[in-house]
Parts: sequence; structure tokens; C-alpha cells
Amino acid sequence: MTTLLPTAFTVAEINYWAILPVLIVFGGALIGVLVDAFAPRSSRHSIQVALALLTIAASFGALVWKAVDNKGATLDGAMIIDGPALFMQGSVLLLSFLSVLLMAEKFSSAGADAFTPMGAAVPGSPLEAAATRAGWGTSEVFPLALFSVAGMMIFPAAGDLLVMFVALEVLSLPLYLLTGLARRRRLLSQEAALKYFLLGSFSSAFFLFGSALLFGYAGSVKFSALSQAITTAPADVEGLLLPGVLLVLVGLLFKVGAVPFHQWTPDVYQGAPSPITGFMAACTKLAAFGAILRLAYTGIDADRWDWRMGVAAIAALTMIVGSVLSVTQTDIKRLLAYSSVAHAGFILVGVLAFDATGVSGVMFYVLAYGLATIAAFGIVALVREGSAEASHIAQWSGLGKRHPVVAGIFALLLLTFAGIPLTSGFTAKFAAFAPAIAHGGTTLAVLVVIGVLCSLVTAFVYVRVIVLMYFSEAQGEVRALNPSVLTTVGLAVAVILTVALGVFPAPVLDLANQASQFIR
Amino acid sequence: MSTLLTQIAMESTTSSDAVSMAGWLLIALPLAGAAILLLGGKATNSFGPAMATGLSWASFGLGVVALLQLAAVDPEQRSTHQVLFDWIPAGAFNLQAGLQIDTLSISFVMLITFVGSLIHVYSLGYMSHDPDKRRFFAYLNLFVASMLLLVLADSYLLLFVGWEGVGLASYLLIGFWNHNPAYATAANKAFWVNRVGDIGLALAISLMFATFGAVDFASVDAGVGGASSAALTAIGLLLLLGACGKSAQFPLQSWLGDAMAGPTPVSALIHAATMVTAGVYLVVRSHAIFEGAPNAQLAVAVVGAITLTYGAIVGCAKDDIKKALAASTMSQIGYMMLAAGLGPIGYAFAIFHLITHGFFKAGMFLGAGSVMHGMHDQVDMRRFGDLGKYMKITWITFGLGWLAILGVPPFSGFWSKDKIIEAAFVGEGWRPWVFGLAALLGAGVTAFYMSRLFFMTFHGKARWTDDPPQHPHESPLTMTVPMMVLAVGSAALGLILGPTNIFSNWLEPVTGHHEHHEPVIAVPVLMAATLILVALGAGLAWVRYGRDEVPVNAPAGNALTQAARKDLYQDDLNEAIFMWPGIKLVRSVIWTDNELVDGGAMGLGKLTGAASTRLRRLQNGYARSYALTMLAGVVTVLGALWVMN
Repeated sequence: MTTLLPTAFTVAEINYWAILPVLIVFGGALIGVLVDAFAPRSSRHSIQVALALLTIAASFGALVWKAVDNKGATLDGAMIIDGPALFMQGSVLLLSFLSVLLMAEKFSSAGADAFTPMGAAVPGSPLEAAATRAGWGTSEVFPLALFSVAGMMIFPAAGDLLVMFVALEVLSLPLYLLTGLARRRRLLSQEAALKYFLLGSFSSAFFLFGSALLFGYAGSVKFSALSQAITTAPADVEGLLLPGVLLVLVGLLFKVGAVPFHQWTPDVYQGAPSPITGFMAACTKLAAFGAILRLAYTGIDADRWDWRMGVAAIAALTMIVGSVLSVTQTDIKRLLAYSSVAHAGFILVGVLAFDATGVSGVMFYVLAYGLATIAAFGIVALVREGSAEASHIAQWSGLGKRHPVVAGIFALLLLTFAGIPLTSGFTAKFAAFAPAIAHGGTTLAVLVVIGVLCSLVTAFVYVRVIVLMYFSEAQGEVRALNPSVLTTVGLAVAVILTVALGVFPAPVLDLANQASQFIR
Repeated sequence: MSTLLTQIAMESTTSSDAVSMAGWLLIALPLAGAAILLLGGKATNSFGPAMATGLSWASFGLGVVALLQLAAVDPEQRSTHQVLFDWIPAGAFNLQAGLQIDTLSISFVMLITFVGSLIHVYSLGYMSHDPDKRRFFAYLNLFVASMLLLVLADSYLLLFVGWEGVGLASYLLIGFWNHNPAYATAANKAFWVNRVGDIGLALAISLMFATFGAVDFASVDAGVGGASSAALTAIGLLLLLGACGKSAQFPLQSWLGDAMAGPTPVSALIHAATMVTAGVYLVVRSHAIFEGAPNAQLAVAVVGAITLTYGAIVGCAKDDIKKALAASTMSQIGYMMLAAGLGPIGYAFAIFHLITHGFFKAGMFLGAGSVMHGMHDQVDMRRFGDLGKYMKITWITFGLGWLAILGVPPFSGFWSKDKIIEAAFVGEGWRPWVFGLAALLGAGVTAFYMSRLFFMTFHGKARWTDDPPQHPHESPLTMTVPMMVLAVGSAALGLILGPTNIFSNWLEPVTGHHEHHEPVIAVPVLMAATLILVALGAGLAWVRYGRDEVPVNAPAGNALTQAARKDLYQDDLNEAIFMWPGIKLVRSVIWTDNELVDGGAMGLGKLTGAASTRLRRLQNGYARSYALTMLAGVVTVLGALWVMN
């Protein structure tokens, strides 16, 4: 065992420029905690929103300005800032900026926002009623979201299993809380939060267990050491490798909602406040795929012939279950949740290509999907019957006549999810499937065929919603709220980028291609 | 003055960008005009038409500069190529959007911008009372821009953009008065027939990509040597299909007559002088392909010969002045196609005839517009007569066009059309006799129907309608000046460019040099025969329509006349061959779709739904069973992998 211990303690070199974007987000989040503690309640919301947006923008600025020129391993290899890490971090920042815009929406009437006035109050209690009367709001969501964003930025840049685990927890814990903060249907929201927490812990345990096995195998938690060990390790520890790899992967596949680790997705997506659902669906998925790429391409790639079939089976199952189950959904948020499960399967196909083009395809996919998802949940938050969100699909009938713009945007987003040509969904599917066919052999060719058939099934689901919105008579008093400037800007940017990525994807594809090389 | 201009041109060529600079501006100016007028709304009503006209003239000015710069350099260097931007970067296939300015494209630029600008001016008068004047000028500018893009493009794909652009402008302008359902139908008809041709062109481009791996002119021309003759023939025939649609050649000619529903300036510009000749341009531009595919080239000549005969026959029977002119256009483009199908010997004459025809036919259309302007939009020639007395300018300018199309020396048509007839008689075997005789007899028939048109309109007794009472009068100067300019061109252009060989030398860098061949009949004999036939045709027309009384109602006529009046039953034929089976096909497809496809799809859908309902039961809401599923999943996958390894 003595060989494992360092003979002398050396100070780790830290390249502060490389990790500056992450530090800025942490700093912003900490200031946000202080603001919530000390700022007067009347101005808290606006300060928090401004702080969050400013933090994200500053972080993005630092990323573009400095971090891109400081690529390489830092913190003694605990974090690796390379092309994929930077692309994912930049995408997380862009998507979270849009999400914060939507979270900040309060609408013109009091009590129309998405968050409970007091998270600590028991649902239906006098305390809650008093908080509602006082017009309070939950401004903690912004620092919580920032903490989560920081975790998401570390996740795809982690250089070893422990940092990856810490990042996983840093991004997950705030999300568990945020899920339980819905203003309406609070019991459902809290149930979702608890389920998410329990199952999330369960999957974290898998991840930790797997990490322990891999440490036993390689004698180090570093991906580079693990990669080396796969070719050099003695035969007597061989048995630790496959279970370790698989268990770690389970922890990550849980986050992207791959079958059979997906069952939290519909419940949590439905229970969480809509802007949080959008944030979670877009950013978590993006960061988790960043982490999966990192692990699969720099840590365990030499062993891939052993575990590839397992993940391929999971991908196939994910696509099939996600798309088939979306057929019978009646709740719009659950529908989008199953659609997100199916999309996770599509993206996994790209991951398995094991080629730089696969990396860029996956990165493009998660960005395009994230933009469309945030916009879709932004629209879901607008469509109301009374004060509650009109979540049942039947309530959306005839929306095209009452609110042509809202319905038109939603239809466009649905077509994007379906992957109709000239939308970003098509380009993304193409970018993920083409490398799979080119580099993946028969197995991936079969997966792509399954993927295309499943796209067909999901297309039916999406088109059914469009038909409902445009060709059915309206029922009840469903209407779309008038969004404020913030939401309008957020939605507009997301929609414009979605269209732009479909019609003119070349610049972003080029960027993803340039950023597709991992540093080991 | 000209030395000064040459000097300016010389100086600016030293900075090699100058010509190509003009290139994109040529297109951008009218395009900007169209955009401003269409987006600017009513605010541009007051100055819009004048601005559109100005922009068109500015484009012409730039064209002149580019022409002078080209003329100033050696013939071998008379081709500049400017890359505008990377258009479609897709891996190995990288297509740039660029402009090619050479002697062929600049000849077209001059025709398009000069005649186009004149027609803008004419329209200022002709459309002065139309409430939708602004829209009209916007479309005209759009047309000019698209047509310039078509001829300046450096690749087939960019050409296709312009090709569709002129198609769109043509559609919009034919149906400009779409409150009249018949006009809207005419626009739709033109649209549909053109689609058939466009599919041909699109397929040709796809095939080029498959064969050469590129679609720009330079790479395609370079790749012809290495391509199989089957591929070249297929590409050539598809290009010909495209050309037939746009240029109203047999068998896609049926739309041109109906297209006369558009305002007359449109008929003059789009459906006589420029757009309909795009097919000829396409064939000449693709000469390398056609030279590698003799069968496709022969098909071009055959199509040309058929159409020139067809148009001439139809032209003899039409009483609507514009439709008679349209038939004549068809026939004249048939001449050009024939020339383009003869190979290197004919290219220069095809383009030469295209240019002279652009002048005299546009002039005559404007003349017809002027007549309609003075006659309450009457188009029936049997209701004209004796108008020469009342509309002196129109009479003279139209007369010059008439002499030009007849091929009377020394007017323009003589220099261009007689050359085509001569070239058609060159060769061996049956071809010179068939093509040559078709061209020769066509000239005689042309003389007959054009003289018939001229005499019925301007001579003989007045047969005007009483309701409303007619007071023929000359048109305003904005209309007559363009007619005069075009008449000068009709009279003199051929004489300037023809016998001096300026034009064929000018085009040589693009079309290539060719050896002189003697026709199978001596040239003087041919010329004499042509002139005699023309004189006979014109004389017969004078006897029947100038000297004799013309009945106000058309006599029944013989079978051929009746057939010609109905465009030789082209529409009925189309309906019987294409529409009727099409309708049947659609009905049977609908049946199949309802019964088989829907049944299958519904069945699959039900199956999916049932599976979905089953699977849904797993989603029971209990966190404990979710966790169990996860565990089961892990164990299963791990177990399976262990077994596999």
C-alpha cells in the first residue's frame, strides 16, 4: 500500500483563469444568500434577479475572455478545462440565463408566479395563507439555482470520480429543494421533491459504490489513471472493473433519465414549478451528458467493448419506453417528460459513436434540445385556466384561435422535438445519428433504426397536440397570460436560437467540432 | 468620348475587382428597389415607380461599365469570377455563391437592363391609372434582379435561384389583375407548367452533383471529358426539359398564350424579350454538356424545329393581337433553340437572334399595348383596322419591328434569322434538309402571320366597336419614346452587329471557335429563296387582310385553322394525357391510403397505444417500486454483461 501514498506533499497548481467562470458563479450564489438574509423584502426579488443574471453574464464573459485561452488540467488534474468542458459550461450558462429570465416572471397580478410564498409553511396552513396575503415570494430560488449551475459547470469538467461526485451533489441538492417550491398543487410538488431526493440519493449511492470499486481497481480516482490501469492492471483485480464502470454509469444515467432509471422524471417534471422543470430538463441533461462523455471518452474508453452493449441496450430501451409511454400521456408536463426520456435515448446513441464527431453531435443535440425545452416549459407556464396552469392536454384545444402567437411558438417547438427538417431538432438528430452510423458498426446502425422509428412515434404525439391546438374547438376559460419583458426576451431568444440552429446550424456545428477534443 | 470611356475602363480594370464589384451591385440595386417598395407600403406610393425605374437604369449604367471593362481587355481574359460568400459548406461539397461576368452573361445583362429599363419607363405611362402601381413596379424590379442573378450566376444551383425568382415574378405579374378569375387561372397554369420544367432542371442539377461532384459551371465543364455519355445525355435531356418549361417550347408551350393575361409591358419584358429566352441561355451555357451528348443536342434541335413550326401555324389563326404575338414569340424561340441545337455553328446566332428578337418583339408588344391603350383595351384584331392614320408613331415603330421579324434587309431580323436558316442547312444526311426546310418554310409562314397582324391592325377599313365608342389616339410620350428607341434597335442593331461579325467574335471566348461550313444549298440561293418566301407570305397577307374586307366575326375556316385556333388541341391533349390519368391516379392513391395505409397505421398506432397502457402501470407513483426497478435494471444489465463477457 505504501506505493499509493505520496512521498512528499506537493502544492497543487491552480490555474485561476481556467476556473474563474465557476468561481464567479459560486461567488454570485454566496452573495445571493447574503442578499436574502439582509436585503428588505420589497426589493429582494429584483436584486436577486439582477444579481443572478449579472453573475451568469460575468461568468460567461470570463469563459469567453480568459478560460478559452487557459485550456488544460488544473487543480492537480481534479478539473480539466478542455474543448468539451468549455462548450458545455458555456451552454449551461446560456441556458441558465434564459431559465433565470423565466423564473423571474411574476406576471402583472399578484400570486401568479410559479413559486410558493413560503416554502417552510405546511400546505394549506394559516401561515401559508398569511404569507400569500402578504405577497411574499421565494427569492431563495435564485441563489439555489446559481449553486446548481456551479455544480453543472464542474460536472463535465471533472477530472476524477470524486470531483464528479461532489459536482453531482452540488447540482442535485438545490434542485431537490427547488422542485418542492411550486405555488400551486404544493402537495404534489413536495411529493415530487421527496421522490427526487430519495431516488437521487439511491443513484448517488450507486455512483459512490462504483467509484470505490474503480478506486480498488486502479488505485486512483483520476480518469487518466483509470484509463491507464485498464491496459496495465493485474488480472486479480479485473473483476472490479466492469461492476465499477456500470455502477458509476448508473449514477450518471439516472441524471439524464435513461430507462430503467427514468421513473422519477415524469413525477418530478410534473410536480416542479414549470420554470424549474425547464431549467432542470435543459441544464441537468446537458451537464450530465457532459459528464457521461468525459467518463466514457477519457476514463473507461479502453474498456468500452465490455460495457458498450449494456449501454446500447439501455439506449434502445430508453428510446422505446420514452416514446411509447408518451403516447398515452394526458398531462402536458408529463408528455414533455417522457419526450425528454426518449431524447436521452437518442443522445446516448450519439455518445456510443466513440468519435470526435459523436462528441460534437451530442453537444449540439443537448444545446438545441435545451433551448427548445426551456421555451416549451416557458409556454406551459403561460397557459392558464383560472390561476392554475392548464396542464391537461385537453385544455389546450383551440388555443391556436385564441392565442395564435403562443400556440404557433409551441407548435414550432413541438415540431423541433419531433425533428422535422429545418428545425434544430432535425439537425441535432442528424448530428448525433450520423457519427453513430459511420463509426458504430451494426449495433449502432440498429439503434439508429430504432431511433428513427421512435421519432416517428413521438412525432405522432406532438402532431396530435398541434392538431388539438388548431383544429379543435376551445373549451373552458383557458387563456395565455401576458408575459413581462423578461419572459418575452427569454422566450424570444430561445425560439430564435432554436430556429437559427435549424436553418443555419453551420456556425454552432463548427464550434462544437472545434471543441470536440478531450484533454486527458 | 468613347476613348475617354475606354480609358476609364482600362484604369479601373487594373484593380481587378472593379468588374465584379459592379456584378453584385447590378443585382442588388433592383432587388433593393423591390424590397423597399414591398416593405415600405403606402409610404412609397408617391416616389416608388420613379425610384424603381431609376434603379433599373442604374443597373444598366453599371452593366455598361462592366461591358466597357470587358471590351478593354484581351478576348481570352474576358471573363471574371467573383466569389460572394460560402453558400453551402457541407464537408467535401463546398459551394460558393459567385458571379461570373463574361461575354455571354454581359450580353444578357445589356439586353435585360436596357429593355427592362425602357419598359419601366413605358409602364410609368401604361400603368399610370392603376391603383396598385407600386406593387407592379416592385414585381418588375424583382424580375430584373432575378433575371440578372440567373444570367450572372456561376453555378447551376445559383442559376436555379434566379430561375425560380423569374418564375415567381412571372407568376405574380401574369396574375397581377387576379381579381379576374381567368387571369388568376392563367397565372396558375403558367406556374404548373413551369413546375414540370423546373423539376427537370432540379433533377439535372442533382445528376450533375452525382456525376461531377460539383454544380458550378467551371467544374462541370471541366468534368465533361471524364463522364459517361449516358450520364451526359440524361443531364442534357433534363436540362432541355427545364429549358422547354421556361421558354415555352414543345411540349411545354401551352402556358405562354394564357400568360398574355398579364399587363402588356409584362408580356413585352418577361414573355417576349427576356425570361422566355432563359432556356436558350441555359442550353448555350451548358454547351459543353450538349457537345458531349450528341443525342441530347439533336433533341434540342428537334424541339426547336417542332416549336418554330407549331408557333408559326398557331400564329396564323389567332385574332387576339397579344396571343398572335405570343405564338410568334414561341416560334422565334424555336428558331433560337434550333440554332442552339446545331452545335458550335449555331450558338452565336442563337444568342444574336435572341438579342435582336428581344428588341423587335418587345417593341411590337409595346406597340400592341399602345394600340390597346387607345382602343379601350380591345385585343381582337378583327375590331381594329385603319389605325395607322390615328397612331402614327405606333404605326411606324411597329412597322419597323414588323420588317425586322420578317427578315427584310437591312433590318435586324435579316442578319440573325437568315444566319440561323443558313446554319440549319449545314451538315450531312437528313438533318440539313429537315431542319433547314423547317426553318425556311417557317420564315415564309412568319411573314404571312406577322403581315396579317400588321395589316389587320393598321390598314384596311376601320372595324371598331360602337360600344364603347372608340376614339383612337396616340399614347403619351412615356410610352412612345421607349417604342421609338426599341424601333431604332429593331432597325439598326442587326446591321451594326451582324455583317461586321462583332457579335460572333464577342461571344467566341464562351461559345468557342468553329470552322466555317458550307450549307448543302448555296448561300445566295438560300437567301433568295428566303426572301421570295417572305415576299409571298407578306403578299398573301396583304391580299387577304389589307386589300380585301376582313369579316368582323371569324369565319369557320378549315380544319387546320380550327385546330390552330385551339393551339393545335394542346390543352385537350394535356388534359387527356396528363390530367385525366393524374386524377385517376390520385383517386386510387386516396383509396389505397384510406384502406391500406391508414388501416396499417391505425393498427400500429393501436398497438403502440396498448403497449403504452401496459407500460404505464409500472409508473405507479411509489418511490419504493421505482427504486426496485432501478435495482432490477442494474442487476439485469450487470448480469447480462457478465454472461456475455
